[in-house]
Amino acid sequence: MKKCIKILSPCGILGYGFPLESFVNGLKDKPDAIVVDAGSTDAGPHKLGANTAIVSRQACKKDLEYLIAAGFENHIPVIIGSAGGSGGKAHVEWTLSIIDEIISERTIHPLKQAIIWSDIPKDVIYEEMKQGKVIPLGDTVPMLTEEILEDTTGVVAQMGIEPILEALEEGAQLIVCGRAYDPSPFAAVGIHNGFDEGLAYHMGKILECGALCCDPGTTKDCMMGVLYEDCFEVYPTNPQRKCTTVSVAAHTFYEKDHPYILRGPGIVLNLEDCEFSEIGNGRVRVKGSKMIRTPIYEIKLEGARKVAYRTFVIAGIRDPLLIEKVEEVEELVKSSVMNQYPEIPRESYEINFYNYGKNGVMGNLEPNNVAGHELGVMFEVIAKTQSEASALCSSVRSTFMHYGYQGRKSTAGNLAFPFAPSDVEFGAVYEFSVYHLMETPNGKMLFPIEFRT
Amino acid sequence: MDRLVDLAKVLRSKNSGPFEITLDILFDDPEKYRKVVECGIINVQTICQLYHLKPEDICNIVFYQKGLGIKITYNRSVSSGTLRDRDVYGAQQHAPLMDILIP
Repeated sequence: MKKCIKILSPCGILGYGFPLESFVNGLKDKPDAIVVDAGSTDAGPHKLGANTAIVSRQACKKDLEYLIAAGFENHIPVIIGSAGGSGGKAHVEWTLSIIDEIISERTIHPLKQAIIWSDIPKDVIYEEMKQGKVIPLGDTVPMLTEEILEDTTGVVAQMGIEPILEALEEGAQLIVCGRAYDPSPFAAVGIHNGFDEGLAYHMGKILECGALCCDPGTTKDCMMGVLYEDCFEVYPTNPQRKCTTVSVAAHTFYEKDHPYILRGPGIVLNLEDCEFSEIGNGRVRVKGSKMIRTPIYEIKLEGARKVAYRTFVIAGIRDPLLIEKVEEVEELVKSSVMNQYPEIPRESYEINFYNYGKNGVMGNLEPNNVAGHELGVMFEVIAKTQSEASALCSSVRSTFMHYGYQGRKSTAGNLAFPFAPSDVEFGAVYEFSVYHLMETPNGKMLFPIEFRT
Repeated sequence: MDRLVDLAKVLRSKNSGPFEITLDILFDDPEKYRKVVECGIINVQTICQLYHLKPEDICNIVFYQKGLGIKITYNRSVSSGTLRDRDVYGAQQHAPLMDILIP
């Protein structure tokens, strides 16, 4: 067994980019693998529901060219987690089309590739639902019904290490994963080489966001993780950054509901007894990460469905008389528009106002609901079709613009529109309709692997 | 009296999955961490008041000494990125914590 395994994480999301110098520095330290996470649910349900990517094709290709060439030249595997952002079939195929282009342009050949699919057929989910083996992940997630599942574009599940281990065992040099638990592709490299599972997962959890665990932190720079038998170390390959115990411990907290209990596919990580220590040169050493396998293997399902269409307007208000009673006027505008459109059922649409400069960001949760001297107002109509949303929104805009509220002095108009035209057709609005745990016999069965050269 | 923002090194919010938001308060000084934890002000009642939440909306409040950090996770009233959401990443929901006074 090797003394240590080094993993280079070029950036937090494939396509976010990284300084070439940092990447070259990383390669000089002779990594055993390059692993990059391409996915996130952070940007909302739209990417998954509408089968679109998080980054542009050009941005993804630019990063991938460096990664694929470096992997090929240095004979080390390159692993992409959650390809295309959401890891669904369309997202993986989008990534593969970019890879094909790079391979043909650069004559990188032969390159053994593994593609691990993570789309879960709806009939498989139906069967598990009937047996009560699909449960909401969180108090506010509704139970999954056949109707919701039917409306959902497609369902993916986060894979664990198992299918990635198989791909590594088969000698794949480029592994394209569908949706993966973010740390899995990193953890798989360490575990494949015989290292401790808890440490391998925890190191993956830190590396998956690129240099975000540094001070200063960013997702657009490279990190190296070095896994030893009884600990691991992380460091940025850009000398302008460093890891500190606080920056690394902080990252362990990141985007999780609990600071030291982290649940993944078939596993629970317990980081309660971890020790973080600074060992110089911007490096932090971590010890004591523990992992247990759960008695039942559960995977997280994700899916999104189209729920409505939106048209919106951005405007500003500078008149203090209107700012003072803006919420009252907005309510009056809303009822006026509803009266103007009796032919559209009221329960089929909604009109919402977001008052930026007052409580635009936090809404009802805002403890300091007070406006300044000017207000940004964004209003939207959410309706069943785009044309209804636009018809209603146009009516909200013209009604609001000219509404003669009590005490008004500015009788020429109430709103400053920064753009002409003012009304923007947004398109479809999605929601996360599937966010559930499902039992599965093991971590491999639902994640088929396809090999190609 | 110190404000929490003056004692904490990191004060932030972020989605923890699309249905929850998590608030992190992290320190670089064990003394400051201890002071905040021991004064007991970070509790369900304080968070409910600040964020207009009901106690059942709070998933957990955890004190993690090894990481010198406090984590508060609560249910979103609207899931990330769908209609009526105001903060898709949940990244700007931490500000009310800043002015908590620590005796």
